[in-house]
Amino acid sequence: MAQLTFREAIARGIAQEMRRDEKVVFLGEDIAAAGGVFKGTVGLYEEFGGVRVRDTPISEQAILGAAMGAAMTGLRPIAEIMFADFFAVCWDLVVNEIAKSRYMTNGQMTFPLVIRSGNGGGLRFGAQHSQSVENWAMMIPGLKVVVPSNALDVVGLMAASIRDNDPVIFLEEKALYASKMEVPDGDILDTLGTAKVLRKGTDATLVALGNMVPRALEAADELSSRGISCTVVDVRSLVPLDTQTILREVSATGRLFTIEENPRLCGWGGELASIVADEIFYDLDGPLVRITTPHIPLPAADVLEDMAIPSVARIVETVFASMNS
Amino acid sequence: MAKDKKEKKKESAVTDGPALTLEEKLDMYRVQVELRQFEKRAYDLFLENFVKGTSHLSIGQEAIAAGFAAAMRKDDWTFATYRGHAHTLARGVPMTPVLAELMGRENGLMAGKGGSMHLTSVEHGVMGSYAIIGAHLPIACGAAWSAQYRGTEQVAVCFFGDGTVNIGAFHEALNFAAIWKLPVVFVCENNLWMEYTRTSEVTAVENPAADRASAYGLESIIVDGNDADAVYSVASRAIARARSGEGPSLIEATTYRHFGHSRADPGKYRPDAEVAEWLTKDPIPRYHQRLLKEGATEQQLVAIEKAVSVAVDLATEEAKAGKAPSPELLMKDVWADGGAQWRN
Repeated sequence: MAQLTFREAIARGIAQEMRRDEKVVFLGEDIAAAGGVFKGTVGLYEEFGGVRVRDTPISEQAILGAAMGAAMTGLRPIAEIMFADFFAVCWDLVVNEIAKSRYMTNGQMTFPLVIRSGNGGGLRFGAQHSQSVENWAMMIPGLKVVVPSNALDVVGLMAASIRDNDPVIFLEEKALYASKMEVPDGDILDTLGTAKVLRKGTDATLVALGNMVPRALEAADELSSRGISCTVVDVRSLVPLDTQTILREVSATGRLFTIEENPRLCGWGGELASIVADEIFYDLDGPLVRITTPHIPLPAADVLEDMAIPSVARIVETVFASMNS
Repeated sequence: MAKDKKEKKKESAVTDGPALTLEEKLDMYRVQVELRQFEKRAYDLFLENFVKGTSHLSIGQEAIAAGFAAAMRKDDWTFATYRGHAHTLARGVPMTPVLAELMGRENGLMAGKGGSMHLTSVEHGVMGSYAIIGAHLPIACGAAWSAQYRGTEQVAVCFFGDGTVNIGAFHEALNFAAIWKLPVVFVCENNLWMEYTRTSEVTAVENPAADRASAYGLESIIVDGNDADAVYSVASRAIARARSGEGPSLIEATTYRHFGHSRADPGKYRPDAEVAEWLTKDPIPRYHQRLLKEGATEQQLVAIEKAVSVAVDLATEEAKAGKAPSPELLMKDVWADGGAQWRN
């Protein structure tokens, strides 16, 4: 058992899988000797060498095309897109090629690949280096979408993503890279498509993803002192989506609050609210409430960015007001 | 200046690949005739409304597909565009499933789920036909990387049109292949026109692919794409280079599509004189004449043509006899487990 940062957990998960399977290869910008711009890949080049851990030019289409071509011919590549915002320059490869080719070819091809990327705001990087793109990926048939919220989950979900035979978009919340926790020694393998109940309550269910999970937990503590007992569910995986766990926990309290970093429109919480309304409407005791970033590009200034992304205070106030209305 | 360019063109058409036997050449003739007759049949089937959607024919461009296919090893990989019927058939994929795919039948190559623009047959090394301009150049790099990593000496051959040279993915892929010394051969089928626009009107250099080669440290290669022997020769050299670890090549094969861009396009924007001139360079009659000079008999060639004609008729009947895709195919194979489930 050792204290591991979120960023160290990335390298640990990748290393674990590269040790057990020679077909796992890794490419991206500055990922080799430099150890990644977020230092999430430190030590991989030293352990596995330049043939398996390979720097690329600033060519996101080439990176993802290479990953796709390698996956269809038997390798299990991991590709890094440095900032999730950069998906916009290679989205064709993700959406039209990687996601659709298995279906279009009637199952002739499989694409066991992982695209990992730094996602989300909170670092004052401005509108082109701070977006939460999980909803872009979630709406494309053929992509799995994983967004871990802590170092332990990073290791286990990374391993599961690499072993999975479908393309996985693995989003690493940049705001969490420095967070730390105890992680057991030895191999760790988690399961895609499983949400985790992190806290059990009786009055309201807060469903959160990625960087919003620690905030939801903190908000639940505060709400508890104000007389509201909250369940907190960490979604972890948008596709596949563990609706059974979420529906069960929402049924139990009768209230759903989604906590989403993505801009308002078409966020995952909207889909979840629709599922809840459709399937457990009569278990509900009040409105479905979405707490999101407003529908704006993210500003750079700390004061403004902090106003935009759901904060602990905003979660507490929104839940409190809704529960007392 | 103009003279220099002409000389360069002439020089780069010099070919030095391995010699073909008459038997091998007869087979290359058969392939070209098959591609031609298949595409003509596909066109007729549009008019009869058996083929739905769109389709992009390779009539006039057959020598490139035939020449390359002859130079490729069985386990080499083809990456094609939406104009991919010819490249798919040239690798030995039978006509019936290809025609049935165009017709949206369950006996189609992908059971009707891909259609004309996405022909794929992994067992024949046809690793997909891609309908977004430029997308498959980086993907071919990935297959080549995989061959390099595993030491299999396989080569990826990636075909695309002249319009592709102005999209970003082309440049990313060329640079990437060059720096990683990947075993990939990029083949620009320069038929002079994008869809309605002459490529030279929107391209900064005269030879759309060849003039870009130097930017990636590659040799400038132009070949007569209507001469199957010349294509075979250049292809053999580039594939051998890739296989031996010397890296990628970029080949510009000059050709012409006899028809419009797609089903919806009669090709009226092209000057009559230009079309007429290119019809005199039709690769198939040219090759027919050459084979006669090299010892084949007219009888042999006619026999090949007749056999292909019978095979096309048979494939048409078999494709037409195919059933509509069964409803369960709709929700199949989004994921590797065969299903389409995104939630529990």
